[in-house]
Amino acid sequence: MSSNAITIPGVQINEKPWVDTLHEWVTTVDHKRLGVLYILYALLFLVIAGVEALIIRIQLMFPHNHFVSPQVFNRLFTMHGTTMVFFMGMPILFGFANYLVPLMIGARDMAFPRLNAFSFWLSALGGFLLYFSLVGANGLYGAGNAPDVGWWAYAPLTARAFSPGHSTDYWTLALLVSGFGSIGTAINIIATILCMRCPGMKLSRMPLLAWLNLVMAGMVLIAVSPLTAAQAMLLIDRYLGGHFFDTQAGGSAVLWMHFFWIFGHPEVYVLIIPCFAFMSEIIPVFSRKPIFGYPVMVAATVCIGFVSMSVWAHHMFTVGMNSYANSFFAITTMAVGVPTGIKIFNWLGTMWGGRIQFKVPMLFSIAFLFQFLIAGLTGIMLGSAAFASQLSLSYFVVAHFHYTLVGGVVFAVFAAIYYWYPKITGRMLNETLGKMHFWLFLIGFHLTFDLMHFPGLLGMPRRIYTYEPGRGWNTLNLLVSIGAFIQAIAILLFVANLIISYFKGAKAGNDPWDAWTLEWSISSPPPAYNFASIPVVASRRPLWDLKHPEDPDSRYE
Amino acid sequence: MSAMVSSAIANPFPEASAVWSLPYRGKVAMAGLIVAESAIFTIFVVAYLFYVGKSLTGPTPREVLETPIFYTICLLSSSLTVHLAAKSLARARVGAFLGLWVLTIVLGGTFMYGTGQEWHRLIYEHGLTISTNLFGTTYYSLVGLHAFHVTAGLIMLLIVAIFALAGRVRLQQSCRVEVLAMYWHFVDAVWVVVFTVVYVLGR
Repeated sequence: MSSNAITIPGVQINEKPWVDTLHEWVTTVDHKRLGVLYILYALLFLVIAGVEALIIRIQLMFPHNHFVSPQVFNRLFTMHGTTMVFFMGMPILFGFANYLVPLMIGARDMAFPRLNAFSFWLSALGGFLLYFSLVGANGLYGAGNAPDVGWWAYAPLTARAFSPGHSTDYWTLALLVSGFGSIGTAINIIATILCMRCPGMKLSRMPLLAWLNLVMAGMVLIAVSPLTAAQAMLLIDRYLGGHFFDTQAGGSAVLWMHFFWIFGHPEVYVLIIPCFAFMSEIIPVFSRKPIFGYPVMVAATVCIGFVSMSVWAHHMFTVGMNSYANSFFAITTMAVGVPTGIKIFNWLGTMWGGRIQFKVPMLFSIAFLFQFLIAGLTGIMLGSAAFASQLSLSYFVVAHFHYTLVGGVVFAVFAAIYYWYPKITGRMLNETLGKMHFWLFLIGFHLTFDLMHFPGLLGMPRRIYTYEPGRGWNTLNLLVSIGAFIQAIAILLFVANLIISYFKGAKAGNDPWDAWTLEWSISSPPPAYNFASIPVVASRRPLWDLKHPEDPDSRYE
Repeated sequence: MSAMVSSAIANPFPEASAVWSLPYRGKVAMAGLIVAESAIFTIFVVAYLFYVGKSLTGPTPREVLETPIFYTICLLSSSLTVHLAAKSLARARVGAFLGLWVLTIVLGGTFMYGTGQEWHRLIYEHGLTISTNLFGTTYYSLVGLHAFHVTAGLIMLLIVAIFALAGRVRLQQSCRVEVLAMYWHFVDAVWVVVFTVVYVLGR
């Protein structure tokens, strides 16, 4: 396919002092640069929170281990969870949405470039605040110097009496600030998709990535706002002497649980729907077939968006809700499995009969399909109220959600990075290193998270600092920890690949994968203005039409 | 984006480029903001309703709250004036726009004065603060959240009024003014809910 980059005389960039480059990156409003900033920022937090996970796993490697103190252990799992959800998961997915959505819909930038920059820097400030607690949270009380209330921060743990000092305040403010950033980005994504599409790009012709990010952004508006409201209430309690979650004055701790999970459960779909979007772009290209069941895919996503708003209390089966509430939330939870299953079948239908190319992005995608299916099945198990009562707060739950978030989100993010890295940097990632990364990470992942289910079934509670020998947990925990280190080695290979390929990788050209969406029609990396002239599209696969004028898709759609 | 210039992606189907109109991004973004804000208010309203009658100590809403009918009428009628103002600007009647716009600010300001009066009375006569009991906590946060939004709206309305006095608001700015009017309608609609919850159901 064409490698003719659009070159315009006068935009050739000369060597600049590094201060100028830094200044450009800090003050940028370009959606591509902000996207890259989001992704780099998220990868930094992936490494930080990954190290926290490794320390947790060293502590749990052997019974009666004392690698860290119990207080530090509490802070570690709190920081690990909070960081991974808010400062790794959300930013990296927003980064890809920022980078890809305007390119895929043929726009020159997001609808509100400055709001975009503002949102990014708010998120960045949130992550900074969370980690600033390490030095700033000591306060006058000699209290803990990092949040240690768990990522749910259940009341009354967060009350002044039980959480003196400022660690909880930093946690609250970090989430409040990054929440505003998320809402800003979500509004921007919605406005971009609805108002900035190039001529001919009807909603029914939009790439699925844009569609799924539209649904994700809508969910952010409805799901993140309740968390923002709940954090405001917590601040009122802590600073103005309010009583929202103060059980001594008639307040309710369960209300916090509801508010948190009204955010918390849609949040996991906010994290996974963009990953579905990656799958829906990557699997067709490497199966050499158009996506199977495009309208059904869109419908299933919207359906997930709606149903997932009414499942939150399945996190609370053990707090003593009445049987009607338990039944309702069990049924809605199982109902989410239906549209999700439709998606899995659609991806399989796309692969069926295709000429599958087992490149690294496709390997990660196939692993995603298997792992996300298993994660969904354990989700159905936990969705059953009676069974959840047995397994609630056990390592089975930990294994389940890490299966979705690592086996699902992280694998999909790796697939996306291998797929779009050539577009972002202009160079291919090394295929051999990529395959080593894939296989090592796959083995490490399954060693860790497959085996983690069993201590849970054997009764090991989550968040325990250490355990007694002789309960059948020892070997399993040792293997789980070894798996974590294998994953860490794989991540090191990945980071090395990112850096080496940036300087030494093969030139990518415009369209290294022979793909069909608009971002591959322009040079890699794309120029600041994206499209020299705004494209006009007539089908869901504009580049197919361009490459095959004798048999364009638009004839059949 | 009106020019349909030829591009790398040739268009074999000219009818695709015939009419291509998309919604105005300002309105879409404001609608998004309103959805997010509605979710925030919903949580505060739920908390208010959940804690009605659960305070362990007084004062109770029945003892101290008085229904602010006059100020409510002020705020709700400001929705009408802002609508008429935006309509006038769309018809390029700048003078009528400015008059109605300033009237909107006056009505909104009167409402804020009413809230201030009420809070002053509750704090100094009845000793009700945000930390007194659950009623105080939920009342001041919910009404305060709304008052905060009214204040933010008033500041934005004032900025537009200053530009209008300087002669900078004309027909071309009509779309943006309508976005601001959307926000003001939202603030009014929220008051209908808050009023119902606090002064009708909550007593």
